[in-house]
Amino acid sequence: MKRTIWVFVYLLSIAGIAQSQVYLDRAGFASFYASTPLEDIEAQNKQVFAVIDIGKNEFAFAALLKGFLFKKQLMQTHFNENYVESDQYPKATFSGTYTGEINSSSAGNVTVKGNFTLHGVTRVLEIPATLQLKNNRLTGNAKFKVKPEDYKIEIPSLVKNKIAPEVEVVVNINAELKK
Amino acid sequence: MRLVFITFLCLLAFVNVQSQDHSLLDMVSDSVGTNTRQLVEGTFKGTHIINMQSVEQPAKKELAFIMMHRFGKLNDGAYNFFGLDQAAIRLAFNYGVTNRLTVGIGRSSLDKAFDASLKYKILQQAFPGQHKPFSVSYFSSIVYPTLKYEDKPYLTARLRPIYTNQLLIARKFNSNLSLQVNPTWLHYNLVATKADKNDLFALAMGGRMKFNKRMSINAEYNLLPSSQIPSAPVKNSFSLGWDIETGGHVFQLVFSNSAGMVDPYFMSKTIGTWGNGDIYFGFNISRIFSFKK
Repeated sequence: MKRTIWVFVYLLSIAGIAQSQVYLDRAGFASFYASTPLEDIEAQNKQVFAVIDIGKNEFAFAALLKGFLFKKQLMQTHFNENYVESDQYPKATFSGTYTGEINSSSAGNVTVKGNFTLHGVTRVLEIPATLQLKNNRLTGNAKFKVKPEDYKIEIPSLVKNKIAPEVEVVVNINAELKK
Repeated sequence: MRLVFITFLCLLAFVNVQSQDHSLLDMVSDSVGTNTRQLVEGTFKGTHIINMQSVEQPAKKELAFIMMHRFGKLNDGAYNFFGLDQAAIRLAFNYGVTNRLTVGIGRSSLDKAFDASLKYKILQQAFPGQHKPFSVSYFSSIVYPTLKYEDKPYLTARLRPIYTNQLLIARKFNSNLSLQVNPTWLHYNLVATKADKNDLFALAMGGRMKFNKRMSINAEYNLLPSSQIPSAPVKNSFSLGWDIETGGHVFQLVFSNSAGMVDPYFMSKTIGTWGNGDIYFGFNISRIFSFKK
């Protein structure tokens, strides 16, 4: 009897492993726009790392801030040196859970909630996103706004009207099942 | 025995699941690896540390306009408003042909000298990386003074140019401290006396220490073994600067014992000393214009 229980527990834990279906993307896309009529501010990062566990409805993202590429070199230097201070805080991360259904026919709307960390400040964000599972690939899109001042990113008064007060962030991922 | 083995397996599986639970973020954080190799940027704020060239240069299709300005000597006294009555200026344009190659032209009011230059980035420091601990650039320029001398009719165009060849070797030690040395070879087509050398060798050293995100204190010292120019009381140039960065501008406040702002001038024509109060106050302003679409 005792032995049967143990086998049962064992099977349960096996099931636990089988249940976690982890999708992974090593080359996700993230961009942000902070353009104003005075200045075009836009940067793209094509090396976003994303993991989504559709068994547990969990996700995690990470991106190196130095991986954001600007059109203007000087702007990129200023972004790293003066604003996000990427020597000190090299990456931005976002991790948490989502609620909503994923299906294969169309992109399902989900709500993503988790901790977003940037410039050493962690805040809870709740944002709408879409997820779709098709041909063993999980694609996802999200768009959200970030206020630099919320993350202790100081913008000097001299350039305040050149940088949008709210930065729009777009994230696109295309993940495959982790083997 | 078998039971113990199965239990052990169970535990292992359980632990496995557990660790997966909270390691999703750890997993991405490990994978995104902050120790992937990155090129080191922003070694200095400006293309000049103060007078000497820095390893910085405008990116491809960017034009840097630089205005350098020096007032007169501090020890000129109250009558000359401590030097502020006089001024010397250099205007220059540097254009990034590629991210590595910059061409520049400039014009100094001192000796009405034109200059043309090129700067080529041979190596860019990368971190972490044992193989690229330094940034190395090559700088070359021709300075052509056009000032007319009534008493020197022999001063033909062939004798006027002064050539500069430099290696710029810099290292950004951390986000605040960067140091640079410029081994330099200067060539004068014409020198004052036979004892003076046409080919001069000098070593310029400079650095910056940032004290907040947008400001830094800079210093530079230029070592010119004076035995190379016996006919003139040439002194080593020493300058202190304060960089202030505001968006696309870099503003540098300067104190120096050199009036000249192009390499051969401050390197081999400095005769003032700090001790005597031969201090020139001035500033450099640079503005970047981008031609990228």
